Amino acid sequence: MGSAEPLVSIRDLRVSFVSRDATVHAVNGVDLDLARGEALCILGESGSGKSVTLRAMIRLLPPRRARLSGSVKVAGREVMSMGERALSDLRGGQVSMIFQEPALAFDPVYTVGRQITETIVRHEKVSRADARRRAVELLDLVRIPSPERRLASYPHELSGGMRQRAMIALALSCRPDVLLADEPTTALDASVQIQILLLLRELQRELGMAVIFVTHDVGVAVEIADRIAVMYAGRFVESGPVGTVIKTPSHPYTQGLLASTVHGAMRGQRLEAIPGSPPDLASLPVGCAFAPRCRHRLERCTESYPEESRPAAAHAVRCFLAATSPEPA
Amino acid sequence: MSQATETSAAMVDAAQVAAQSRGYWKTVWLRLRGDKVTIACFVVLALIVLSAVLADWLAPADPYKTSMLKRLKPIGTEGFPLGTDELGRDMLSRLLHGGRLSLFMGIVPVVYALVIGGALGLVAGFLGGRVNMLIMRTIDVLYAFPSVLLAVAISGSLGAGVTNAIVSLTVVFVPPIARVTESVTTQVRSLDFVDAARASGAGTFTIIRVHVLSNVLGPVFIYATSLISVSIILAAGLSFLGLGTEPPHPEWGLMLNTLRQSIYVSPWVAALPGVMIFFTSLSFNLMSDGLRSAMDVRL
Repeated sequence: MGSAEPLVSIRDLRVSFVSRDATVHAVNGVDLDLARGEALCILGESGSGKSVTLRAMIRLLPPRRARLSGSVKVAGREVMSMGERALSDLRGGQVSMIFQEPALAFDPVYTVGRQITETIVRHEKVSRADARRRAVELLDLVRIPSPERRLASYPHELSGGMRQRAMIALALSCRPDVLLADEPTTALDASVQIQILLLLRELQRELGMAVIFVTHDVGVAVEIADRIAVMYAGRFVESGPVGTVIKTPSHPYTQGLLASTVHGAMRGQRLEAIPGSPPDLASLPVGCAFAPRCRHRLERCTESYPEESRPAAAHAVRCFLAATSPEPA
Repeated sequence: MSQATETSAAMVDAAQVAAQSRGYWKTVWLRLRGDKVTIACFVVLALIVLSAVLADWLAPADPYKTSMLKRLKPIGTEGFPLGTDELGRDMLSRLLHGGRLSLFMGIVPVVYALVIGGALGLVAGFLGGRVNMLIMRTIDVLYAFPSVLLAVAISGSLGAGVTNAIVSLTVVFVPPIARVTESVTTQVRSLDFVDAARASGAGTFTIIRVHVLSNVLGPVFIYATSLISVSIILAAGLSFLGLGTEPPHPEWGLMLNTLRQSIYVSPWVAALPGVMIFFTSLSFNLMSDGLRSAMDVRL
């Protein structure tokens, strides 16, 4: 983490979606550094802008409606100013992505093998036969049994877990430096979820990839990440090493999020829910977006947005409470 | 219909096993083989096409040779197995020869419309926005007219004749094909796998060519097949009104028209061209249904 130049560096990323009726501010100033081989987890509830952040990193948003600003650098190259060609080389080459719903992320009319070899041939000057050999290795790598036969299967012929493995194989096909995973286990059942998570974790260590993992599940985040960034209304409200954030959550939202999960709860103890609902991204408040739902709300919370404060070296929080006392009530 | 679903249900297991080891077309063939209705339609159509193509050799008599003495003979007359028409011409020969023009006018306008309408719909659907508005609203103008009326109006203003009839039928079929292509394309464009393809580095052109076209072509092609029967009927209608084929050329619609006056004298003979139109269009319709379920890898 202490390396001189981060692999991915995001500065003040903002994304808004413009439509006739309203402008929805999905991401409102995200800063992020990711070192080579690091696993970061973006945690947040649905609609907090985590998927949009991920997609914005490879500009995978509808160009007509999405307004992007800020800077995204991958290995020193600015993604925001890339042309169509450079972008195509980046996507699937240096940075690749896994999607939430593996059933929909494969083209239903081509076999899995064809889709993997297609991607390999597109990015690297290899023959089709070589690409196919590589595809077999990849399926083997993600532990799909009898890979040769599976290559000839259509996506609908595979089970959900198998499809997500194949999706991972596709994403790894050109040895990316960064893997973006958009809730890759949400659509799977619990037992398969763990398998996929362990696989991803293993592959990440084996191949030395950096991974950005988006999820709403605290348990998943703890399982996979080195570092956690908690997102609320398009901003990182708290970020830091997994242990620190989980053990000493400093932002009231993170505290609420952790209190409302089943994982750490005692039997017979009532689960706590965060009162209220997420803010309307079309008309965000001036101050802290979490203030209306916050139990520790101060007067100034609704007036201005708190600066980043650092209770520990790698631990960043955006809350007035954290700025005044290291351990808010 | 129920028979078709039964057979296709029985085919699913076989097809799934097959799909894993065999290629796409082999899978399609395996599924089709179990679908008796589609196979029957295919055979009927093949026979009709073949008999039309080979009419010169198959026809027992000259389809243009008239005879005042042998007018309106009933079916089964010696030397005239299907009787004769109001000018004493051999019905069997005329039906065989007539199939050429009828099939031609059924298929050609649909092929033209498929190319034109398909391209328009694909562009409109993929680009969306203003381009979509421009193309689809222009096409909506043509939708304002009932299809028969539009065909008659265009044919009428261009004048009678096969070429003009084909032009008018093409114009009639472009809007529905463009509309179907556009809606399927719009749907496909917003699916996750297009995003996924983009995320793995595919350019716009590759996405259209590989992912959109392959997913759009199937449904549109099958829809077009079902339009062939409509086209045959419309072409027959144009000929019936004197706007398509001109006499004395044999064409099913035109024959139906000229035999109309004789319907009380010899109803069975007068019905024959109609029977041919009916079977041909029915076969095309049922076949397109069968192809739809056989060609979809997801089923």
